[in-house]
This record gives sequence, structure tokens and C-alpha cells, in this order.
Amino acid sequence: MREIGSKTSIMTGNEAVAEGVRLSKVGFISAYPITPQTTIVEKLAEMVANREISARYVEVESEHSAMAAVFASEIAGVRSYTATSSQGLLYMHEMLHWVAGQRLPIVMSVVNRAIGPPWNIWSDQSDSMNQKDTGWIQVYSESNQEAMDTLIMGYRIAEDSGVMLPFMSMEDAFILSHTSEQVAIPDQELVDEFLPEFRLGFKVDSDRPMGYGSYSTPDGPFMELKKDMMESMWKSANVIKKVTREFSEILGRDYGGLIEEYMTEGAEYILIASGTVASTAKYVAGKLRADGRKVGIIRIRYFRPFPAEDIVRATKDAAHIGVIDRSVSFGSGGTVFNEIRAALYGRSDIPVTGFVAGIGGRDVREEDIEEMINLMAAGKEGTVFINTRGDQ
Amino acid sequence: MPTSIPEQELMEPGHTACQGCGATLAMRYVLKALGKKTVVSVPASCWAVIPGAMPNRTLDIPMVYTPFAATGASISGLREALDIRGDSDYNVVGFAGDGGTADIGLQSLSGAMERGHNVFYIMYDNEGYMNTGVQRSGSTPYGAETTTTPVGLDRNFKKQQKKVVADIMMAQGVPYVATATIAYPEDLIRKVQNAKKVNGPKFIQILAPCPTGWYYPPEKTIGVSRMAVQSRMFPLYEYSSGTFRLTRPSKPVTVREYVQSQKRFSHMDEDEIRTLQEEVDRRWESLLEKETH
Ligand SMILES: Cc1ncc(C[n+]2csc(CCOP(=O)(O)OP(=O)(O)O)c2C)c(N)n1
Ligand code: SF4
Ligand SMILES: [Mg+2]
Repeated sequence: MREIGSKTSIMTGNEAVAEGVRLSKVGFISAYPITPQTTIVEKLAEMVANREISARYVEVESEHSAMAAVFASEIAGVRSYTATSSQGLLYMHEMLHWVAGQRLPIVMSVVNRAIGPPWNIWSDQSDSMNQKDTGWIQVYSESNQEAMDTLIMGYRIAEDSGVMLPFMSMEDAFILSHTSEQVAIPDQELVDEFLPEFRLGFKVDSDRPMGYGSYSTPDGPFMELKKDMMESMWKSANVIKKVTREFSEILGRDYGGLIEEYMTEGAEYILIASGTVASTAKYVAGKLRADGRKVGIIRIRYFRPFPAEDIVRATKDAAHIGVIDRSVSFGSGGTVFNEIRAALYGRSDIPVTGFVAGIGGRDVREEDIEEMINLMAAGKEGTVFINTRGDQ
Repeated sequence: MPTSIPEQELMEPGHTACQGCGATLAMRYVLKALGKKTVVSVPASCWAVIPGAMPNRTLDIPMVYTPFAATGASISGLREALDIRGDSDYNVVGFAGDGGTADIGLQSLSGAMERGHNVFYIMYDNEGYMNTGVQRSGSTPYGAETTTTPVGLDRNFKKQQKKVVADIMMAQGVPYVATATIAYPEDLIRKVQNAKKVNGPKFIQILAPCPTGWYYPPEKTIGVSRMAVQSRMFPLYEYSSGTFRLTRPSKPVTVREYVQSQKRFSHMDEDEIRTLQEEVDRRWESLLEKETH
């Protein structure tokens, strides 16, 4: 990887995200504190106070209000940002639909944290997976660098005239948010070259008075507007690929596309994961390959739009597919597992096993990944909980 | 007779409100007072429906529709973003019903007022959830029958006294707080204009009688609005820079006369009317005390 026009620093995922917000020249920030998101918004408040970023920061009294405030600032044409986790994200749920339906390209960071009860501040993906139907683009990062870069790319992708959908950028609680890594911070000029100023075509303007989101009867444009959201979401896949390429040209780091393939070439067993669990899985795959076992990993970066085509293509020669889920739909199965099976339906008869792991911050260890591979080799299908106490 | 009501109309014909709708007049007068450089945020309520289906607008100003609980936060975001843009001359107005203000939106309202944004929050008070079919709200007065407080065999009309949000706003220290009603448009408009002189949050509660939910003939809206003031059921006041001013009605009427004007109170017996009268008297006394302080 080339590192052009950047300085390197050791920082946590949350600090890297805050740097990404600064570099994206966000004009309006509103947020409500929740562990483990807090250090993002504390850092931003500090940047505002020290004039390192020329943004206004409104300290609202809830997450619903945080999303309502950025909804309103964005509709007035100002690039806006918020961040949350867990209960806070659930509390926003109504507003998430509202922002997407109003086609506002807001970018939000979600530091993935479990949902209570019992209270649990550690990492899993239940919070963001619960928002998969809200009309937000959703992306999971694997490193602090990727979290920062994805945020900057997020504004480009979301604000693209063919997309105009909000963008949710995920980061694992503590494993990324509070763990320091080396991060290259690009020069502002390079980011400016990559990310133009925000111009909202339909911003609030008393010379051009409009109603924003009034109501529609069944025969009105309601259904067509929803269909258009679906089409824009599909179109965003190409925009994501294009923007990711441009990012690598200007800023020197290449994230490929919607998924990352690792040793999938000739792999018999392919394990699909997202977030930091994918790093462990890749490490284990490398070890197993050295032992002659043909294991490959797919890391899902973008969960929305769902990379169905990429996954069908990347798995077509596998003998068995495993999916690691850090969230579960009770009475159905792992969220990603269900989507993968739907994507493969009618196009492949490769068996798929769902592994529910790492819920509520439970460690996903090397031996857990190995167990998954062994279960796949043994032909195990259905949904299996990994590393639970007792007889499972 | 010449009036002080501005001639400018920012509401066009064609709205879909019921005949005799007080809420519609409330919006019309507020916009006359504020003029064209105004943006309004409206949550779920009758007013989310009154302008008509897309692409109709009725209003000649930008109107942002927000979820039910989001009015306070939305005007916070609008205000700050317009200031960032350099458009500080816009009036930013939240225009919400009593349910959206006294109940589900109270937290968002209180937060916005506490943060001190330069915004107007107008609560149009029709004393119930009208858009969803006349259910009880915190702002429904004692005695009223609604679809969730049906009288029935157990006399389950609303047993609690009205939660007066304007009083809460004064207690919170909002720099400008007033009450108004559509029977007195000059007073209403003057209050909005006075509010405009205050750089900070301002809250105005406008009683907006609703023939559909209060069960009186639509042509009586102005009369009912006037009687609400005359009976002291809805006292008019203005609180600004720490000074409180209460309007004394010129021709007082009794609470009994007021409740007799609307079918929502028609089940009330003498004891119940007395209970309401006593509460109205108690509140009036406490408002008078505010004036002397
Ligand atoms: C979160 C949420 N809960 C409930 C509703 C249903 N709802 C829409 S309008 C309304 C009542 C509004 O009452 P009010 O604010 O007094 O305005 P009015 O209709 O009386 O003008 C309700 C309960 C909603 N839209 N959103
Ligand atoms: S129900 Fe009442 S407030 Fe709503 S439009 Fe009709 S008259 Fe107006
Ligand atoms: Mg109401």
C-alpha cells in the first residue's frame, strides 16, 4: 500500500472515526452519549471547542432527537454526522426510516454493541442488524484505518446523485473502538480532492417553498418512492465500487469492493464473516492452509446493499459454506446466514451452516473458527451456537 | 374597522381541514405575524394532513414533516443549519399539536428550549389527539369525554386536570412564553411579534377549538374560543423578560356556561362541574399571584 500525503499516528478506532469526520468537513454534529460510542463524540466536542473543525455540535437529550436534529440540518443543506451504539440505535429506529425515506445522505457511525437485557456493553452486531430494513447503506470495518477511510468514502457514496441514501458505518465495540492501532491520516487537500463540497438540490429555501414528506395516498407516489429507494440501493453497489477505486487512486488504500476475498481460490470450505471476527478467521485460514486444508474466508464489508452477486460468484466452487453471525433472529437463524441462503437459492446447492458466535462480546477464538471448519467438514447444517457453556 | 392583522396571506385555499377548524386559523395567523422567511416543522397531527396529499402544500413556506416526537429536535437542527448557511433571518417554527407537545414530544421540546436555540415552538392545543380520532391527551381538560375516556357506565371521562405546557415552560425558564387563542387574532399576532423580538427560545400555546372533537357546530368555533377565555378555562397571558401579564376577560362567564357549549362535557353533573370550576378558580388565583411577583 502506498501512503501518500499522510502522517501516521497511533489511535483508537473512535479517534480514527473522529478524524474522518474532521477530514470530511462535516458542518453539523448532534449526538447523545452511549458506551462505547462516547469517545467519538467527546473527541468531536473537543475538536469543535478547539476550532479544529468548523462544525456546530448540538448536545441533544436523546438519540431520537440526535437523529431528528441531523435530519433537519441535512434537509437545510448542511453536511451532518452522528454516532451511536446499541440501545441508542434502537431508540433512533423511527428516525432511521424517516431519514432514508427523505433521501438524506447523512453518515452515522455505529459502534456495534449488544442489546440488553441483561445489560452488556460488549461487541456483537444485533444493534445494526436490527436496522437492516431501514434503507441505510451498511458497512462493517475490520481495522481503525478502514473505519476512518470508510467514513470519508461514506459521504461520497451517500451524496452521489444516483444514490442519495444515508450511510451507516460500523466498528466493533472495544476491539476497534478502544484499541489503538497505527492509522495513516491523509492530508486535508487529498481528502478535499476526493470529497467535494456538499450541495443538496432540494434544501430548505423560502424562495422555493416545498413540503418535505407530507403524505401520500395508496394511489399517490408512495409505492414508487419506495421502489426508487430499492433501485438506488442496488445502483449504489456500482457507486461503492467506483468510489472505492477512486479512493485508492487519490488516497492510496484499496478496499476492493463490497466483499473482501481471502484465500477463496480453490477453497473447499468458505467461511463468511464481517467485522473483526473476519481477521481471526483469516488468520486461522492461513494456518489451516499451511496444514493442507483448503479454507477460504469472505469478509462482508457492505451488508446493504447485500452483495449477493459477489457471494454467489466467490463461493461457486466451494463444497461447503459457513456463515458467522454475531446477531440472531430468534425463531429463525443468524441474520447474515438467512441472507446468504436467500442469495444462493436456486443458483447453488452448496450446503450452508450458520454459526452464531461472539454474542454479547463472547470471545471468538481460533479454536472456535477451527470448530466451525470441522463442523462444516462433518456435513453439519442448520444453525449452531459456538462457544456456549454447558452442552450448548 | 381597521385592524392590526397583516394582510399578507401565506396560506392558500384548498386545505383539507374540517369546517370550523381552529388549528387552521392558528397557523394562518402565526404566518401572518412572521412572514415569508419562515420554515415550519410539523409532526404527526391534524396539521400533517391539513395541507393535503403530495404534491399539494397549501402553505407558501417550506414545511418539514417530522415524526411525532421530533419537533423540538428538528427545529434545533434547522436553526443551527440555517445559521451555518448564513440564513439567520429565517424564522424557525415548530408547529405541533397538544399530544405532540404535552405528551410524546415533551422531552424533545424541553431539550430544545433548555439549549436555547433561537426558535419558535407553537403548540396548537385542541385538547386531544384529533388526527387519530379524538383520544385523550395530557392537555385534555378534566371532565371531557374522548374515545379513550368514554363516559360509559363507570363515568370514565377524563379525571385528571389539564397539563398546561405553557406553565411548565415558564417554570423551565423559557425567555418568552405566552398563551393565545384564535378568537383574539390581534392579541395572538402581537404575541408572535413580541416573541420575535426575543433572541432565544419562545413558546406559545394557542387554544384551537375543534368542532369535530369537542362536538359543537362548526360555526361556533370563534364563540367557543372566546368563552374559553371568558370562563378562565384558558387564561391568556404573556411572560417575557421575567414579567408576567394576565389578561382579565371583559365579560366573565361561568365554567358551567362554557361546558354547556360542547357535547364532550354534556354528561357532567353538578358536582363534576363544581370540581372543574374549583380547579379553574385555583389556577386563576395562582396566575394572579405570578403577576404580583
Ligand atoms: C410514534 C407515533 N405514535 C403514534 C402516532 C399516531 N398519531 C398520529 S397523530 C396522533 C395524535 C396527534 O395529536 P396532537 O398532537 O394533539 O395533534 P392533533 O391531531 O390533535 O392535531 C397520533 C397519536 C404516530 N404518528 N407516531
Ligand atoms: S379534527 Fe379538529 S383540529 Fe383536526 S382538522 Fe378537524 S377541526 Fe381541525
Ligand atoms: Mg391535539
